[in-house]
Amino acid sequence: MADERLNAIGKLIARQGILVAFVIFMIGFALLNDRFITVDNVLGVVRSSAILGVMALGVTFVVISGNLDLSVGSMMSFSTIVVLDLHDKIGPELAIPAMFLMTMALGAIIGVLVGYFKLNSLIVTLGMLSAIHGLTLTYSGGKNMDIADKEGTWFSVIGQGSLLGVPVPIIIFLGLACLLSVLLAKTPFGRKVYAVGGNGVAATFSGIRRPRIVLMTYLISSFCVAMAGLLQASRSMGSQNTVGQGLELEVLAAIILGGASLLGGSGTVFKTVIGVLILGFIQNGLLLVGLEFYVQYVVTWLIIILAVWLDIAAKRGRLLSPIA
Amino acid sequence: MTTSNRTKMIKRGAIWGFIVLELVFFSVAGRFLSLSETRFMDLDNMLLLLKQSAPIGIIALGMTVIMINGNIDLSVGAIFALSAIVMLDSQTWPIFSGLSEFTVIPFAWGLALITGMVLGAINGLIVWKTGVDAFIVTLGAMLGYRGLVFMYNGEQPTFQLNWTLVDMTESSFLGLEFPAIVFIVLTFLVWLMMTRTVHGRNAYAVGDNRDAAVNAGIRVGPHMLWNFVLIGFLTAFSSIVFYSASGSVNPNDGELYELWAITAVVLGGTKLVGGSGSVINTFGGVLAIQLLRKGLGHIGADTETVNLVIGLILIAVLFLDRQLNIKGKGELRT
Amino acid sequence: MSTQTPALRLEGIVKTFPGVRALDGVSFEVLPGEVHALLGENGAGKSTLMKVLAGMHQPDEGRIYIEAKQVIMRTPLEAKAKGVVLIHQELSLAEEMSVAENIYLGELPRKRFGLVDTPTLLAKAGAILKRLNCGFGPEVTVGDLSIANKQMVEIARALTVDAKTVVFDEPTASLTDAEKVVLFDVIRDLTERGVGVVYISHRMEEIFTISDRISVLRDGSYRGTLITAATNEDEVTQLMIGRSLDLTRKHEPTDCGAIALEVKDLSCDSLFEGINFKVHSGEVLGFYGLVGAGRTEIAETLFGLRTPSKGAIYLEGKEVKITSPVAAIQNGISLVPENRKEQGLVLGMNCRDNMTLPQVGDLTAGPFVSDGAEIAIFDLYRDKLEIKTPNWRQLVGNLSGGNQQKIVIGKWLSMHPKVLIVDEPTRGIDVGSKSEIHKLIRELAKQGYAVIVISSEMPEVLQVSDRIVAMYQGRIMREFTAQEVTEDNLVQAISGITASGEKAA
Repeated sequence: MADERLNAIGKLIARQGILVAFVIFMIGFALLNDRFITVDNVLGVVRSSAILGVMALGVTFVVISGNLDLSVGSMMSFSTIVVLDLHDKIGPELAIPAMFLMTMALGAIIGVLVGYFKLNSLIVTLGMLSAIHGLTLTYSGGKNMDIADKEGTWFSVIGQGSLLGVPVPIIIFLGLACLLSVLLAKTPFGRKVYAVGGNGVAATFSGIRRPRIVLMTYLISSFCVAMAGLLQASRSMGSQNTVGQGLELEVLAAIILGGASLLGGSGTVFKTVIGVLILGFIQNGLLLVGLEFYVQYVVTWLIIILAVWLDIAAKRGRLLSPIA
Repeated sequence: MTTSNRTKMIKRGAIWGFIVLELVFFSVAGRFLSLSETRFMDLDNMLLLLKQSAPIGIIALGMTVIMINGNIDLSVGAIFALSAIVMLDSQTWPIFSGLSEFTVIPFAWGLALITGMVLGAINGLIVWKTGVDAFIVTLGAMLGYRGLVFMYNGEQPTFQLNWTLVDMTESSFLGLEFPAIVFIVLTFLVWLMMTRTVHGRNAYAVGDNRDAAVNAGIRVGPHMLWNFVLIGFLTAFSSIVFYSASGSVNPNDGELYELWAITAVVLGGTKLVGGSGSVINTFGGVLAIQLLRKGLGHIGADTETVNLVIGLILIAVLFLDRQLNIKGKGELRT
Repeated sequence: MSTQTPALRLEGIVKTFPGVRALDGVSFEVLPGEVHALLGENGAGKSTLMKVLAGMHQPDEGRIYIEAKQVIMRTPLEAKAKGVVLIHQELSLAEEMSVAENIYLGELPRKRFGLVDTPTLLAKAGAILKRLNCGFGPEVTVGDLSIANKQMVEIARALTVDAKTVVFDEPTASLTDAEKVVLFDVIRDLTERGVGVVYISHRMEEIFTISDRISVLRDGSYRGTLITAATNEDEVTQLMIGRSLDLTRKHEPTDCGAIALEVKDLSCDSLFEGINFKVHSGEVLGFYGLVGAGRTEIAETLFGLRTPSKGAIYLEGKEVKITSPVAAIQNGISLVPENRKEQGLVLGMNCRDNMTLPQVGDLTAGPFVSDGAEIAIFDLYRDKLEIKTPNWRQLVGNLSGGNQQKIVIGKWLSMHPKVLIVDEPTRGIDVGSKSEIHKLIRELAKQGYAVIVISSEMPEVLQVSDRIVAMYQGRIMREFTAQEVTEDNLVQAISGITASGEKAA
């Protein structure tokens, strides 16, 4: 067994393994509970995945360029709290742009530290996770935020409204996904992101402004986080100041499930969307089958390991690692 | 002493210099800003500091070994909680019902340690056999083990007060409380391992140049497995020390502990890529963080500010490290 | 000598990888006390053969005999235990650990409880270092040593056991002449003790200096063995590539145009100093010197990757400040870097995308990248440079070294630079592709490009250049025209001996 090599079919299965497993899951859940496949349920899953999904879109750019962003969870808490707070102080029309600016300013700081000062992104974003958390607590004075007059504002439309029957969050999620997908796959900027992630040194030698590209990825990431914060704030019209805690892990899990390599240079927006949906449907499926929410953690763990393992195995041609 | 040697010494001793800086700063600032009457550099305060450093500190010891090895472990927070639950809950298990509060202790502790070691072994085995990077493996385990924590008792806390245990773990010896003693002893033992044993020296080699280690005949797979078992063991040990005294654990406990442990290790100068690092300096890193917490509290800052400051300090450390590494204007700019 | 039992013998070794038959029934032997050189183009199978020897790969067929006894070596450690040691080309050392720990990596002497027996370790390591006449002790951190000394540590590693066969893989790539002498002394010492040495190298001069016999591999099969004293370079080359390569043929000179690039008093900290030279369009200026002479650093400065501390750069008469690769490209300077895999290509990207990378921002239709424009560029240079790849979607990492290099060259030619700098144009490339690239460089000069070629291979720099700049330790020692340069005066110049015959400071 130790010397097991994968033949061509084995490799094919391994490569598409995650999709195959996903389809099997879906079929399984559908059989176990007939509410699973209803339009209502599917829409519901996509809608509740939208917030995580929007964040994952932005982090995809960061990961493809070879970096990480562990601060997105606390950054999202920041965004949510800030927009709720400013909504009551300066009205939603001003609060939303202001919040975007503030969130992207944080993203810019990270982008400069990682891109221009070349500091390690894991540690920098780890530090920012803590710092932004502190910032959020200070800003909110430790209290939760609430919109005072929930009926008298149009703000809730964003998170709770629908357009032609499709919930607004889904429109925003999928719309943003399309936009960013085109940006990544079809523009010079996108090409440069792949180059920087594939071989940053070679990218510099080819005349690519690497620091600028890295900065842009963090601006995109923070933009998406701001959008997610907006959706969250609008959906619940009030929030705890720890609402985003732990989301950075789910975002990473979605990106990993989608097949991107954490080393950089590969992955697509579409794959991330798949990863987000896989997570969403598994959570939903497990709930419908009657299991508690925490079972999904264990399932997610197993799926991540399996997905990455099969992907690596397909690339090296053998199932088990050759390390002694 | 050449410039590069001097730079090296500065870097090695940096964390201790930082600690001294903190002590001075907070002592002075405390005179003006503190709300309490006591001085900052009070002996009791410092001993308390040592005790409070123990939970994260013991975990950070294990994290140092793992990071020197070129790996990382994000699941320690969940292992921390799960070990605690096993320790507390096992005391109520029917097979132990005949035992007194005292005689059940070795079993409870033993089971907790085994839990930690098994969880660590699972991580290590996956890393070894599948070749998946430790970051991803332990990222998944962070979620998965936390799921197990919740599966044990739902969202309820697990509660078991054992007065013998409490007395034991709240005792002190020469002014040092039990957690502090354990922390110091374990630091010494891990330091011994890393500097004097074959396994420890191999850890540096594996982290520095894995291919060279493989070619030299070091069995990297079992080696890394051993280290994951070690961090699981140390995490469980930390958990035992802490929860024996408190007697109650919530399913969300231990959250973010991995981040604090990594922060302490990085502050202490261990490189993320592996191959270098020192347990003693991690000890310093842990103290530095705890000192910061205490000091900021002493001068009236709240927990929010502490988080903010610690995050900024971590970044500042990275920045300084980078500056010390740049050789000159003629450096290649890639 | 022919009746001696070989220290090592390989018989009928076959090794296949997916799609490639790397070794096709190769037989090879090493006698005790001899230096047996192994030659072959890249891809001929030398690396694979050595890896089989050292226990890193298992042969699919064939047998290995050590001192007439058949053995199977499953790991490098097993090979070492049987007395076969490989000194790699890429050093495999742990930089943060001590010399002693590296020498005994994986075999640290133990006391009870798994503790390291440090006194024994230092004593044994020290003894080996002494035997090799090393100027450093066992406690030094490896990362602090020079490359030559690091190589000594690798050799020391080989001597922890009673090695019967030691294989050197391109050992002189980064050594100065003085260091080479030390290395050859070590090799002689080994042979005097009865060790069989396998010496893999591209450098004919060295092979003819040190070896007793020469074996040649071509395309995975064994082509023959010659006795060094009884043969010459041409005969060896014939075996290697199946035809004679007239490497000494001088090229036709080109018509030089105006001065494309001029550099005055350029200096950069301790890397190079007081550099003055000119390049005309239509000429090839060669830079020759040892590793560390500063040539690549000058190229990097011209390309904006380093900031000079002094001096000026003039492009077509106008002074320019080059602060980044972007600025260099805008000024018409292109650099084909030394290390194509790490600096020249994104291996995970396809051929076309790699080629269009510097100008992808301009190949647009609206905000999007224009597929058509990109493919047009790729097709053009694929044909011009005869790049062998099934289609543009092929990942560059799958191409051979020569074709990879052509992609990098095509990438920069498509930018229509005024000055093209090529750093080590044919490093690690087989002899066939080498001469293609040399012809190409001459072609470019004919077309009016100003070309700077940096090379560590004398035949190459002599073949390709109209003028040659000889550097030594960061300074230009002398400039030669193609007519006045000879192998002798060139070697002298790069070894620091000035025109008047004195050794430079």
